[in-house]
Amino acid sequence: MKFEGTDSYISTRDLNLAVNASITLERPLIIKGEPGTGKTMLAFEVAEALGKEIITWHVKSSTTAQQGLYEYDAVSRLRDSQLGDERVSDISNYIEKGKLWEAFESKKQVVLLIDEIDKADIEFPNDLLQELDKMEFYCYELQKTITAKHRPIIIITSNNEKELPDAFLRRCFFHYISFPERDTLKSIVKVHYPKLEKKLIDNAMNVFYELRGVDGLKKKPSTSELIDWLKLLIVGKVTESELGNLDLTEKLPPYAGALLKNEQDHDLLTRIRLRFRR
Amino acid sequence: MFLDFFLLLKNDGIPVTIREYLTFLEALDKDVVEYSVDDFYFLSRTSLIKHEHHLDRFDLLFGYYFEGIEKIDMEELMKIPEEWIRKSFVNELTEEDKKMIKAMGGLDKLLERLKELMETQKERHQGGNKWIGTGGTSPYGAYGYNPEGIRIGQEGSRNRRAVKVWDKREFKDLDDGVELETRNMKMALRRLRILTREGTKEELDLDKTIDKTSRNAGLLELEMAAAKKNNVKVLLFLDIGGSMDDHIELCSRLFSAAKYEFKHLEHYYFHNCLYESVWKNNIRRLQEAIPTFEVLHTYNSDYKVIIVGDASMSPYELLYQNGSVEHNNDEAGFVWLERLKNQFPDMVWLNPAPIDEWRYTESIGMVREFMKDRMFPLTMGGLQQAIKALKDKKVKFEGH
Repeated sequence: MKFEGTDSYISTRDLNLAVNASITLERPLIIKGEPGTGKTMLAFEVAEALGKEIITWHVKSSTTAQQGLYEYDAVSRLRDSQLGDERVSDISNYIEKGKLWEAFESKKQVVLLIDEIDKADIEFPNDLLQELDKMEFYCYELQKTITAKHRPIIIITSNNEKELPDAFLRRCFFHYISFPERDTLKSIVKVHYPKLEKKLIDNAMNVFYELRGVDGLKKKPSTSELIDWLKLLIVGKVTESELGNLDLTEKLPPYAGALLKNEQDHDLLTRIRLRFRR
Repeated sequence: MFLDFFLLLKNDGIPVTIREYLTFLEALDKDVVEYSVDDFYFLSRTSLIKHEHHLDRFDLLFGYYFEGIEKIDMEELMKIPEEWIRKSFVNELTEEDKKMIKAMGGLDKLLERLKELMETQKERHQGGNKWIGTGGTSPYGAYGYNPEGIRIGQEGSRNRRAVKVWDKREFKDLDDGVELETRNMKMALRRLRILTREGTKEELDLDKTIDKTSRNAGLLELEMAAAKKNNVKVLLFLDIGGSMDDHIELCSRLFSAAKYEFKHLEHYYFHNCLYESVWKNNIRRLQEAIPTFEVLHTYNSDYKVIIVGDASMSPYELLYQNGSVEHNNDEAGFVWLERLKNQFPDMVWLNPAPIDEWRYTESIGMVREFMKDRMFPLTMGGLQQAIKALKDKKVKFEGH
């Protein structure tokens, strides 16, 4: 069982190896990297490539670790008790299973994606240490330990908004998806738009990398922006010569809004243009 | 197995632990990699390195360990003038080192012996205690444990090697050597919490529910309350430019930590000393200056004020009108600081300048006195104390 990328996801050798190491050793894999480099996509692709089900846990600022395990709805139980509902006698009726529990309980091994773990409270990862390490936790209400039947493949993404605690990192593999090199990016584009003219791709990539090279951009365009932009170029029937003769110091590329999503970045480019003209 | 490599990483400041080392060995044991150096590099990277800012250092060390020494061109090395080696070498010595060198017969003898060794040694060497190599206890070579050793090939030789993946150093931008991690800062800032209940009621208020239910003859009556939220309000004044350039990295870390930790955070920049205007955007400081009075009128005294600055300036800037180095100020710096203090009783000063230098700068002493010793160094301990001081007026900085 080895992950080697899929038809729709180009993955580099080092990323494959990190994924495979984490699968073999049954430890979580932390993925960091610039926005838009396909961190979240990875989990879905791994699941697809290995033919496994995927369970996603999207973390928000209000998410707590306990929610991933289970929640006990005491209030509705109390209410039911007064209404004389029969369900009351069985406490398990009021335990709502979280994503982690779901993944542990699954009959087959699943891929568990914990998306954007850094969005949660700074202590959040620490609260999951034991659960991810031993792949088990104790449910007080039911007085039993929930142990993973098959240790899930856990992929965790982080956008670096908060630093993760060391104790947590020690238990995981770590991979930083760096921005793809030209050749890798080309094959990524090819996967998404197989019929695109080579010339157009080349010219578009030139514009794209030139734009990425502009100093001081707040948000550099990333892979996902490039792919969106190419889509617009195709729909808008932009020809390769239009891009080929494009001088960034003279005018913005067509549909620049897809590449630069920040007003200030547009301003910056305009200012640079004005300076060149003088 | 690869213990030397592990220790090399550890000694060079990459926070690797036994646990990660064992994981790494386990992965090797389970044949995650086929026998290729590249794969081996990727595996060691994914299992041992957990921060992107360590990646660059790791690449370097990996390069040194696995192919460093044998590719150093010995003849090239011999061309390095002796003075040059001696100079950079002596700069690094501590008093203790110097004593040891004496014990070994003095610096000249050490250098002589180095030359001799370089001439006789032709092959790669590692471990051991005599030759030039890595990881050994010989006084010559890279990353040894001999404190009086001479370092060779840690900087100057790298570019003579064939370029491998790890030699590309594509993670260079991410490296940073700053000790105060944002996470630590956030943990410290977090203590400054004022929890209040505001917003939609979504938590069960147990006490009130019990109370109401019992009044209701045991029939359940729920009472909800809003969740507790941190409602502390912070006003941050940052000194920027001039002597503060040295500390800009540290300050921006503090700023980003604070930005995520406090919902109500306002920041303003000033230069050297606070005068009649401040600004929010440093690029447009001249166009967008904001009168300090406006700031004083906008925020009420609930706001806690943190001033970050090295307070290193000419005393005139604090004491006299027109004392500023930049413009003609109608009122002296202290007048403005006094206004700030009257408006915001909870005010501390964080000083990024090393504490040993404080007493040599007159203006620091003056500001310290003005702040009634509520000036703290911008270190982990200092930050913790400053946060305490914002909650408790009795806390003062007790340094020298």
